[in-house]
Amino acid sequence: MAAAQVEAPPIREYPVIPILAHDAMAGSKPYVASEKINEAIGFPGQLVENWQARAVEKMGELLGKYRSLRVFLDACVHCGACTDKCHYFLGTGDPKNMPVARQELVRKVYRRYFTFAGKWFPKLVGAEDLTESVLEDWYKYFNQCSECRRCSVYCPYGIDTAEITMAAKEVMDSIGMGQKYTNEIIGKVHRLGNNLGLPGPALADTLETLAEEVREDTGVDVRFPLDEEGAEVLVVTPSADFFAEPHVYSLIGYAKVFHAAGIRWTLSSRASEAGNFGLFIGNYAQMKAIAARVREAALELGVKRIVVGECGHAWRVAYSFWNTLIGPFDFLDSRYPVPQHICELTYDLLRRGAITLDREKNDHRVVTFHDSCNVARGSGMGGMPRGQFIIPRELIKAACNHFHDMAPETIHEHTFCCGGGGGLLTDELLDLRVKGALPRMEALARVVEEHGVNFMATICAICKAQFSKVLPYYKFEMDMIGGVHQLVGDAIRLGRND
Amino acid sequence: MSALTVVYACLFYAATAVLVAGLAAKIALYARTPAPLKIPTTPAPASRGGVALRMFREVALFESLFRANKWTWLFGWMFHVALLLVLVRHLRYFIEPVWGLVALAQPAGVYAGFAMVAGLAGLWGRRFLVERIRYISTWSDHLMLALLVAIGVSGLAMKYLARTDIVAVKAFMLGLLRFDWQPLPADPLLLVHLALVALLMAVFPASKLVHAPGVFFSPTRNQADDPRERRHVAAWAEG
Ligand code: SF4
Ligand code: SF4
Repeated sequence: MAAAQVEAPPIREYPVIPILAHDAMAGSKPYVASEKINEAIGFPGQLVENWQARAVEKMGELLGKYRSLRVFLDACVHCGACTDKCHYFLGTGDPKNMPVARQELVRKVYRRYFTFAGKWFPKLVGAEDLTESVLEDWYKYFNQCSECRRCSVYCPYGIDTAEITMAAKEVMDSIGMGQKYTNEIIGKVHRLGNNLGLPGPALADTLETLAEEVREDTGVDVRFPLDEEGAEVLVVTPSADFFAEPHVYSLIGYAKVFHAAGIRWTLSSRASEAGNFGLFIGNYAQMKAIAARVREAALELGVKRIVVGECGHAWRVAYSFWNTLIGPFDFLDSRYPVPQHICELTYDLLRRGAITLDREKNDHRVVTFHDSCNVARGSGMGGMPRGQFIIPRELIKAACNHFHDMAPETIHEHTFCCGGGGGLLTDELLDLRVKGALPRMEALARVVEEHGVNFMATICAICKAQFSKVLPYYKFEMDMIGGVHQLVGDAIRLGRND
Repeated sequence: MSALTVVYACLFYAATAVLVAGLAAKIALYARTPAPLKIPTTPAPASRGGVALRMFREVALFESLFRANKWTWLFGWMFHVALLLVLVRHLRYFIEPVWGLVALAQPAGVYAGFAMVAGLAGLWGRRFLVERIRYISTWSDHLMLALLVAIGVSGLAMKYLARTDIVAVKAFMLGLLRFDWQPLPADPLLLVHLALVALLMAVFPASKLVHAPGVFFSPTRNQADDPRERRHVAAWAEG
């Protein structure tokens, strides 16, 4: 395959809805998973012979299992309210990236095989057989949806295209059309405990090096404990936090918070990954098996609390699904929410005066905050309305003197995806990722111009990796992106508070 | 008893049967299908009461649509509210004596007829004028609008162009309800109007009009944001 052309669209002063560019992204698709990758996680190795019948059968099964799918496929009235809400449409102009058009790829097949109107009047209602070219479209365009749920905010029936995408991916996995990047990572997390395939001993080494670096930097012995039985808190964080930049600075931030507050904590080599790519492929069994490692680790280490690090989709799975998948958590301390987000923990300590932040330490930074989609639209924080927007911002404001929000239609529940979520963070999709970042880049450009913003904080490992990669395409510095706990870590007072 | 009366009487019984049975089947299916995971689109209310309020705003005010697109909201909301008023106005054909509230709604109902057609025209116009919406429109979307417009226009025409004998119409309708058939006036406009309404009732459960019951079953809107506090488990996903 020739190297994909990667092209960033120009940043416009007044973003307008693009005119349709038919098939603009018809050439974009990720690598198909190899036989070995698929079989390692229980999917057929390659496209099965009677794939059409098997796919329709699988669809029927999912329709019986998920009310969301059933209702969403029926209820759409083609009102078009969602058509200009997807960052991939806004960045590419390809009409099949309009949420309703994306759904329609599944809906037309649903109509054909599962509805009266589609069986008898297919032309009239736009029903279609599941042909090879339809499957091809599925593979392309369901790998151009980051499952960010922005469309579901605006749909009058709350239709969430992410649910349709997950169903389509599950159908494709069941006939051997798995996607390489995601399925390979799921294999790794089962084999080695984390998405990056970092084995236990290497992890221990990395953490030791980190402790040394912090000691050199601050003169303080900040610990990075691994597999310590009897610790109070188990921290489950995306594995990128262990050595990718800027992720690692947030990990240092967590460690400093625990140190300053005097809380005994530990990481786990068994659950050395908060990410759960089972979500991206809509596979309940995978999601559950991946989550189960966390419960096992918590029991094994005898901790009282579980805290989740800065990772968007992981937080959605943890906050919204863990109780269902691996609960109940009656063996943990019920005075704390289970699971707890690292931002909730730090915010709580800050309010109780258990830690102190010196804002001046971040005076060289002018900060804005990028709400990550899974946190914004798929979770909550702090047990308060809109806590997932308030708490990270309160932390930033406590750690920095200069903070400016981006335009209101691009933050909070209206936030734009970074362009790399949902299992699309792979190099062969870079062109799509760059284009999908356009709406966020335009909003960023405005606060850069107006306020001189030079740092965009976020609480998601995928956002951090994605922005590090795409910022340069828009002529921004790649180290503009970082974590909220990076700021906290730089501002926190480590010695005695007296 | 004219053949016409018999045909229309049968037509209405059949259409009603399809509508009721079809919708009941759909609703039963939605209710039976489990929602294994908590997927409210957040920020979402944390309590059942809050969810009820969110649903009410969604159904009565089209809150999400308002945030998405003001034009679509304007035309869509205008059409739906007008339709509601028109339906209330039409209740007078089915009840005797007419309730006070229904009598009160009569004048508003007339204006609502125009608003309804205007709203539909706006929605239809968008299907031609806005490229994105043109792209997603199917034949059935256009036909559904045509059907609704035709029902509205034929209704208005009966009021303003060729008045029909509404006393006889009421007798016919009450006769249907009481299984004591009365003759139906052979007015072309009336016949068209009624036939189209029967058609609309019959296609309702098999068309996108099931968005009406569907919205109440939408997990992103009807779930509370309380996954940490309350363990949610669906049958198939247990164990
Ligand atoms: S979930 Fe996000 S990426 Fe997918 S269609 Fe909706 S807006 Fe686009
Ligand atoms: S907003 Fe909802 S109902 Fe309207 S076209 Fe999009 S998915 Fe369909």
